[in-house]
Amino acid sequence: MSVDGKRNGPGALGGNGEFDVVGRRLRKVDGLKKATGEAVYADDIKLPRMLHCKILRSPHAHARIKHIDFTRCRAHPGVVEVLEGREIPTRYGVIPWTPDEQALAADKARFIGDEVAAVAAVDELAAEEALELIDVEWEILPALIEPEDALREEANKIHESSKKGNISKHVDLSFGDVQGAFAGCAAIADESFFYEGSTHTPIEPHCAIGHYDSDGNLTVWSSTQIPHYVHRELARVLELPEARIRVIQPFLGGAFGGKSDPFSLEFVVAKLSMKTGRPVKCLFTREEVFWAHRGRHPMKMRFRVGLSKQGAIEAVDSKILIDGGAYSSFGLVTAYYAGQLLTGPYRFGTYHFDSTRVFTNKPPCGPKRGHGSVQPRFAFEVALDMAAEKLGIDPIEVRRINFIGENVRTVNDQLITSNGFLRCLELVETASGWKERKGKLGFGRGLGVAGSMYISGTAYPVYPNEMPQAGIQVKLDRSGKVTIFSGASDIGQGSNSLPAYLIAEEIGCDPRDCVVVASDTDLTPVDLGAYSSRITFMVGIACLEAGQKLWAQISAAVAEKWGVEAAQVDGALGTIFVSGTEQRISFREAVQLAEAKFGTLGSTGSYRTQKLGGNYRGGTIGASPAYSFGAHVVEVEVDPETGLWKVERVWAAHDCGRALNPTLVEGQIEGSVYMGYAEAAMEEMTYYPSGLHRGPSLLDYRIPTSLDTPELTALIVESNDPNGPYGAKEAGEGPLHPVIPAISNAIYDAVGVRLTELPFHPGKVLRLLRNNRSPRAERSEVNRSPRAERSEVERPPASLDEAREAPGGTSAKSSAGVSVR
Amino acid sequence: MASPRTTAIFNAVLGRPPKVLVSLDVNGERHEVAVEPRTTLLEAIRYTLGLTGSKQGCDKGDCGACTVLSNGRAILSCISLAVEHQGDRLTTIEGLAREGKVHPVQDAFDLCGALQCGFCQSGMMISAAALLERNAKPSRQEIKEALSGNLCRCTGYTKILDAVEVASGQREWEERDPRPTTGAIP
Repeated sequence: MSVDGKRNGPGALGGNGEFDVVGRRLRKVDGLKKATGEAVYADDIKLPRMLHCKILRSPHAHARIKHIDFTRCRAHPGVVEVLEGREIPTRYGVIPWTPDEQALAADKARFIGDEVAAVAAVDELAAEEALELIDVEWEILPALIEPEDALREEANKIHESSKKGNISKHVDLSFGDVQGAFAGCAAIADESFFYEGSTHTPIEPHCAIGHYDSDGNLTVWSSTQIPHYVHRELARVLELPEARIRVIQPFLGGAFGGKSDPFSLEFVVAKLSMKTGRPVKCLFTREEVFWAHRGRHPMKMRFRVGLSKQGAIEAVDSKILIDGGAYSSFGLVTAYYAGQLLTGPYRFGTYHFDSTRVFTNKPPCGPKRGHGSVQPRFAFEVALDMAAEKLGIDPIEVRRINFIGENVRTVNDQLITSNGFLRCLELVETASGWKERKGKLGFGRGLGVAGSMYISGTAYPVYPNEMPQAGIQVKLDRSGKVTIFSGASDIGQGSNSLPAYLIAEEIGCDPRDCVVVASDTDLTPVDLGAYSSRITFMVGIACLEAGQKLWAQISAAVAEKWGVEAAQVDGALGTIFVSGTEQRISFREAVQLAEAKFGTLGSTGSYRTQKLGGNYRGGTIGASPAYSFGAHVVEVEVDPETGLWKVERVWAAHDCGRALNPTLVEGQIEGSVYMGYAEAAMEEMTYYPSGLHRGPSLLDYRIPTSLDTPELTALIVESNDPNGPYGAKEAGEGPLHPVIPAISNAIYDAVGVRLTELPFHPGKVLRLLRNNRSPRAERSEVNRSPRAERSEVERPPASLDEAREAPGGTSAKSSAGVSVR
Repeated sequence: MASPRTTAIFNAVLGRPPKVLVSLDVNGERHEVAVEPRTTLLEAIRYTLGLTGSKQGCDKGDCGACTVLSNGRAILSCISLAVEHQGDRLTTIEGLAREGKVHPVQDAFDLCGALQCGFCQSGMMISAAALLERNAKPSRQEIKEALSGNLCRCTGYTKILDAVEVASGQREWEERDPRPTTGAIP
């Protein structure tokens, strides 16, 4: 909407010169509620007669349940009701093709922490005490902890339903003659990588309250980021009509993908409420959040990257073994994303990937921020540096040379529209002083770069249907208040604020007069959820449609009153006017004119799934209406005596299309970089050989504090996507990717060793330094050790197994825990 | 909820010790509450008094979401017993506002985008307010140290540190929000 420079001009109000609301650093619509403690999260809800529920979890990694005896449990004076798996046996899963979870295991438990039985009691303590009184008779089965074991021991199936052994999903896709292309390459990097698993640890533990009322309606309040899928699965498992179920997502205390599956507690509280006729609450302990997991998949990856003499990427080949844990979750998608999301921002001549997700008897992995693509991105960006080094090409230059461009198709036939990657590279190159400083910082200090791309939502809805992926309804009140109903799940990213900003921009109201009612399946239109970085793009487009319909009515009514053309009427921040005239009224008066002319005012908007993607099996997975791009430069300092390293600064440039609110975009970049840094530096989900987690607490599972987190500079690039709302694309997940390989590349620049395994513990750095004799490393005193033979270090391992045994290779895991036998 | 008589019966059956009456001074209001000796201060605040602004993230003193002020000092209420805090002057996030105006830390957190999911932030803002009480102009490093017991998973801490600098008058927010900051409690 254009603006009257005089009265409503951006100059007076701090806008960016183009829009009234979009692009401004506005507060969030719910910020003060959070600041004052007034915001109500799931565990803050207390209903009359509410019972408390606790869930019994398996102490065995793989064991058949022979019998559950509740006799002693029922005798506990605080116990009101109990529940076991066979009462709600229907299998579910977020992906309709792979329903392999049960709210409570009816046949067998598949990891230490798997849910087995539940109790509802008068208070939380009584429920906890009662769990001790449930007697389960187990038949212990051999546990498969390592993915290689799970592959080998095909007869010991974790899921009887899996088609072949313990394979959850296998994808093998080839684009062009990869092997032929390698033959013509001037430089090939061939390296094995290991990406350790990590988990989301939102500060809010999962919590759900179920209330089955006397009218036969079920309401579930849940800390979920996918109310719609929870709604569907509740209906299936509880055998209730969907129309009898209401799912409400209250304020949510962080998710990061960790709340994007239906979880046992949602079914359990619902069923226990149906059995007791009373509201039932279940709040996970922090330990249980670790069992619930659905975090980053550990991946063992072999990558080959071949460059032409000029540095063009001619061939990329990867073989990836994905440790899926005990259930499918989004695993079908993970196996695809591990390959499908790598094909930008660079042009690949040819590409092949082979990814296999296997079941193991550990907590299930799932979609953690940057789902499926963070791991291969790490491997690829390090391998790209290795190949470029052989040709003597600067790391930023090789990325620039291979820029895929705008409005092009990737090697796997995904359509890229806008692409601000070159601008991102330029910004971080300048900000970091790359040209002047790279290679001149002395031993122990270095710079590293990496790039990435990510989806802005996926064209492929989780269940195939022709209906919209996102919807918005707007109600205009004659008071001037604008009520917006949005199905989107605000998980902290600000999706409750987004509709207020966009509707205000479209209809000329003050964004402070907008009230957003969100994520309540009775009140709000369907939105598929907060995943795949889809909300800004898809809900944004729905907002534009709803807003434009209303504006047509408002402007027509005002135009009629003033005797002008509707196109002459303009509006901004609560004033409706005709530019260059004295004609002006308040938004409230304009609404009243429109209501008088058209009757009760309201409108809807939706985002419809576009048909996108390659014409091959799996070609729609990874197909997005727009891709975000980013480049990071990291400066590190490494102490060669101890292997300790420190990030001095991260320069993170991200192409988000358009920053609808720069403060919120920066927040997403900063949070992503923090989380990527955390995975590189310290986070690891590690298990004892029995499958028991080594430290399911926020003390043992280390996450960075304010003292650990590096200083960072977030740089926004606006490529103005032709399809995005006001040109916007995603910002919530893409910026997590580049920082990790950039740190590895910076450590190499500093001390000459390649970190190929996460996390980059100082011990690994030190071991590599001692074994390394690259020219860069030889400048260090500690590298004068004659032990390592050059040939051993440089020869790439022939297989994943060999990589595990290689010096300084994945063998370090024997101390870190994952490969312990 | 079970009646007091039922509670007494099953406490006796379970061998739970009887509840004791404690007087808690929270946000300037005195509350008489019956708690078990094992009841944490957080449980008393959240579930007995209904002051749900203080959050439970770990229930073992690791995350800091439960931070409250006891006589002006930031403490972890999830590993403090309610019975130990009789007579202490307790402040929760609900009590940071003064005379109908939010605390400068609360306002700055909102202004600077430091509130993403908001779940850790009650504790974070309490720690920040305690810091500014003893050090009106802390350096960025001092802020990091003071907040290092409060884990945040959303922000990467950047905007939080910025917000504390804004609240302490050491940083101008780059592009001031044109909306007047009334500071009125919604």
